[in-house]
Amino acid sequence: MQLLNTILIGITAGSIYSLMAIAFVLVWRSTRVINFAQAGMALLSTYFGYEAVTRIGSFWLALPIAMLGGAIFSALVEVILMRVLVKHSSSGPIAAVAPIIATLGLLGLIRSVIAMIWGGQDLRIPPPVSNNGFTVNGEVLVFSPLKLLILITTFILMALLTILFQRTNLGLSLRASAYAPEIARLSGVRVDLTRTLGWALAGAAGAVAGVFQTVNGNGNFSPDSIEFSLLLVSGFIAAVIGGLDSLLGAVIGGLFLGLVISFVLIYLNGGLFFIAPFVVLLLVLFIRPQGIIGAKAGRRA
Amino acid sequence: MHLMSTKTAALHVEGVSISFGGLRALNDVYLEIGSNEVVGLIGPNGAGKTTLFNALCGLVVPDEGRFFLQGESRDFPRTDELVDLGIARTLQGVGLFGDLSVLENVMIGAQHLAQSGLISAALARNIKDENRIRERARIALERVYAGGLASRRADTLSYPDTKRVAIARALVSEPKILMLDEPAGGLGVQDIEWMNTLIRNLSAQMSVLLVEHHMDVIMSVCSKLYVLNFGEVIASGSAETVRRDPAVIAAYLGTGA
Repeated sequence: MQLLNTILIGITAGSIYSLMAIAFVLVWRSTRVINFAQAGMALLSTYFGYEAVTRIGSFWLALPIAMLGGAIFSALVEVILMRVLVKHSSSGPIAAVAPIIATLGLLGLIRSVIAMIWGGQDLRIPPPVSNNGFTVNGEVLVFSPLKLLILITTFILMALLTILFQRTNLGLSLRASAYAPEIARLSGVRVDLTRTLGWALAGAAGAVAGVFQTVNGNGNFSPDSIEFSLLLVSGFIAAVIGGLDSLLGAVIGGLFLGLVISFVLIYLNGGLFFIAPFVVLLLVLFIRPQGIIGAKAGRRA
Repeated sequence: MHLMSTKTAALHVEGVSISFGGLRALNDVYLEIGSNEVVGLIGPNGAGKTTLFNALCGLVVPDEGRFFLQGESRDFPRTDELVDLGIARTLQGVGLFGDLSVLENVMIGAQHLAQSGLISAALARNIKDENRIRERARIALERVYAGGLASRRADTLSYPDTKRVAIARALVSEPKILMLDEPAGGLGVQDIEWMNTLIRNLSAQMSVLLVEHHMDVIMSVCSKLYVLNFGEVIASGSAETVRRDPAVIAAYLGTGA
């Protein structure tokens, strides 16, 4: 029973890391930038979700509002900040890192602005359904209706994203722009638009990750939430072990990482909680530097 | 001086000059492509052929020069305007998306047919667009006799087949002017024969500009040639005229004119 528990908890947490990893991958594919501000954007979106939930009262209306807010904010960052940065930093040694450093700066900026607007204290998004574990054969699991909902919602969103990328013309443009932007542009793809759209989708995915990470914890969050540091670290590592170029890789990377953390937490030592993801990252980089899914196969998904 | 028959020209440029740093890559170059004409651009390596090609499709912005489409003056096009202006080009390095299917590669060339905007794109309209574009892409593949390759992954194709698919991707946007960068480069005798036939057939529906090293291709399909050397047009006219031009012979033999 403990094994089942461990696996279910791991998959739930992992599905949230997967969403975050998807956000990293979408941005990487569209602009070749690691967006460390992703955690800040997810946090900001969670505040959007908090505002919506407080005013409307419905979690399931608040979630799409948070997604929309996250998507718009992310798209604005791409249009206002990244587009200019990438254009201006076309040469010199700082060129390759300038946009990435900028995302680190943005992460700090977002957190400060949030603290100014909402204050530094804990706010709360109550879970939409009970987080009390299911009872199986008289034993109470940690796996709860809430975790089940998170799992189902996450997988529905991933399925929608897959349909968008694999079955629609827009998805084809997104994939082509990711593969070779210059050729795509010559062939008539509006690459600027697909780039912005990539960021917007990432913003929406990050928003869901932020809200779920919050309710999957104790529901409390603040600008300094450790939950969001974990989300940043885990999402980034999941994206890297998934090959950074692959949406499927991001999902597998996230689930894998969730499982590892869950097993370490329950079977080894809770103190290793923050170390485990980094050990996994190093091991994957040593053994399979191209990620679990190779870059070649990766871009197809 | 050269006389421009601007009324009939599908595209013409004049006074095109481009420098890269201190290097003068093109100097006062002119070029005219008539409707349904097949025009060849030849010259020794480094003569500026590809630079001119790139200028025509927005990959390089000329320092000077005038650009006319159907006789009307306008700026040199940006890459993202090409399809709407009815210009399509293939790349020397073929430039297929290796991990997409052949059909998807061709569909990429028809994105302008998608009518749905960003918002409605996520909705059902996009599926309608998708089907229409898919159908167009199939037709374009049939035109280059590559219909059977549709579901193959692009990076599994033989080299001659990649050339066909690249042309299909250019054709699917239904261009008025098709620019082919070394269409016969790397092809064997049979495939070159096939390419010649294709280009001749295409010229019934569009103008074609090609850069090519294979003189037999040039001589068999082009109605007009421009010869570049050291960034300048040293000769232009029918294939026969150009072939006998002493400046051209000198340029190719490297004896200096």
